[in-house]
Amino acid sequence: MSDTAIQGRRIGVIRWLARTPVTVVLAGGFMALMLFVMVFAQWLQPYAFDHIDLMNRMAPPLPLEGSTWLHPTGTDTLGRDLFSRLLIGTQTSMLLALLGTCLGAVLGVALGFLAAHKGRLWDEAIMGLVDFQAAMPWFIVALAILAFLGNSMVIFIAIMALYGWETYARITRGLVLSAREQGYALAVRGLGARPRWIYLRHILPNIAGPLLVQLTVNFPSTILFETSLSFLGLGIRPPMTSLGQMLGEGRDYPINAWWLAVVPGMTIFFITLSMSILGDWLRGKLDPSLED
Amino acid sequence: MLWFLTKALRAVITMWLVVTFVFFVLRLSGDPTMMLLPDDIDEATRDFYRRLWGLDRPIMVQYWSYLGALLQGDFGISFRNNLDAFQLVWDRVPKTALLTGTALLISLVIGIPLGIIAALYRDSWIDRGVMAVSVFGFSMPNFFLGILLILVFSLNLRVLPSSGSGTWAHLIMPAATLGISFAAQFARYTRSSMIDVLNKPYMRTARSKGAGPARRVNLHALPNAAIPVVTILGFKVGELLGGAVITETVFAWPGIGRLLTNSVAARDLAVVQCIMILLALTMVVANTLTDLAYGWLDPRVRVGAKAGAR
Repeated sequence: MSDTAIQGRRIGVIRWLARTPVTVVLAGGFMALMLFVMVFAQWLQPYAFDHIDLMNRMAPPLPLEGSTWLHPTGTDTLGRDLFSRLLIGTQTSMLLALLGTCLGAVLGVALGFLAAHKGRLWDEAIMGLVDFQAAMPWFIVALAILAFLGNSMVIFIAIMALYGWETYARITRGLVLSAREQGYALAVRGLGARPRWIYLRHILPNIAGPLLVQLTVNFPSTILFETSLSFLGLGIRPPMTSLGQMLGEGRDYPINAWWLAVVPGMTIFFITLSMSILGDWLRGKLDPSLED
Repeated sequence: MLWFLTKALRAVITMWLVVTFVFFVLRLSGDPTMMLLPDDIDEATRDFYRRLWGLDRPIMVQYWSYLGALLQGDFGISFRNNLDAFQLVWDRVPKTALLTGTALLISLVIGIPLGIIAALYRDSWIDRGVMAVSVFGFSMPNFFLGILLILVFSLNLRVLPSSGSGTWAHLIMPAATLGISFAAQFARYTRSSMIDVLNKPYMRTARSKGAGPARRVNLHALPNAAIPVVTILGFKVGELLGGAVITETVFAWPGIGRLLTNSVAARDLAVVQCIMILLALTMVVANTLTDLAYGWLDPRVRVGAKAGAR
């Protein structure tokens, strides 16, 4: 690539950044950082996240009185390094939310296509399931399932995947039904393409926008779903940790170690906030019909 | 009439699915005698309790007798303290109703006017401010908001009690914690719904007839903008109840949510089952009422249902 081409691209990036609202750039940067932590947390942690240092228990973060240079960001009740725990906790929460959102999206989109394609009984059955899922207090059901079926990662991920699938199914079904009757789909069908080909190669890319927006709407609530369950002691449990689990542990020491609750809490808040900002922006970009 | 019957039938089927789901999930979780009785107990005693609780019968027989008992309002006995599970739960209902009702009221009183104002002054600094605040509001996890409020108002300023439910002062922080994220959501829904309506041709017609701004907003825009907001309201009941579980736990508010977390920790099957069914019933009733209200507010829905469209 020639110098001018690189320069041209750089100017393009700068222009793009200048045109994009500051909040969106900040939110994007923060989410990029969180993704980075999700991938590299193991190598970033200064101590092992479950390393116990009983000599330095409940050390506050640095500028505060009684802090120690050994743990610049403070320690918890067992002297475990707060920064390391925050990294690993972020990793767990981000991974679970990403996995849950994506699995739910795949399940919902697949069932939505199926309902639209098969019609009749299939449609009735799938939409009945959608209504059923929407009518269930899923958070409360999840609470009971986790309590009675025990602490299994597979069950937890399955519960997260089942959270929110029905929205994708409903959206996909509606979009496919209307897309199928549009010119391009009719044209491909007229050329003799098989249904699967039409759905995957032609309709799916065309309806991807609203689904992507739904993904950004779903992600923050999935994060909140996981952290809420872990906060109540039912999702991620010790020795593992997640942001919600850290907050649940930290809330027992509001007077002598408020940072134990505030630091993971702020992290959750910033993740959901950033995702919401990005989602709003994306919706404006992808869906011009929504004027707000 | 047919439309109403279809809705009612749907609600009944959903309820039956929930009840069945709850039964099988909780039974799948293993032998309750293993969870509730001490480990070192002999097999004969275990068998005695299995017979006592009817756990020795085939699962389908258990299922039918469970359904029969539910229809008669019998939710079983709490394993933990031998009280009637339904009574135990029912006693907590007023507290949870008070909390969720206040939270809902707060969210509507704050959210809807903000949404309307934002829509009327669209793209102005007021609109941007409202939207920014609302993004903050619904991004805030309620368990964290609760802890922050306790830190500030109970531990630092010492003006509000951090737990319990004795006085009105006890209600302020839990209701605010639960209500704020909903206020933010209602502000957004109201705004987008209002903007949608304000762009409709009938608004221009009203204007050309010479209707004043107040009349246009109050008589022409608001009733139409209310339709989607009412729909959302019904679907938020489930979230509200889920949020109540967390809020009640944070503030030690003695409602159903706290009973649920305690019963779940103690594996009190009958109580958990009873709470789940009651909450699901609340949701199904709320959703059905919403559907009915939707049809009443927007007659096109009824016509559409008759024509066979969903």
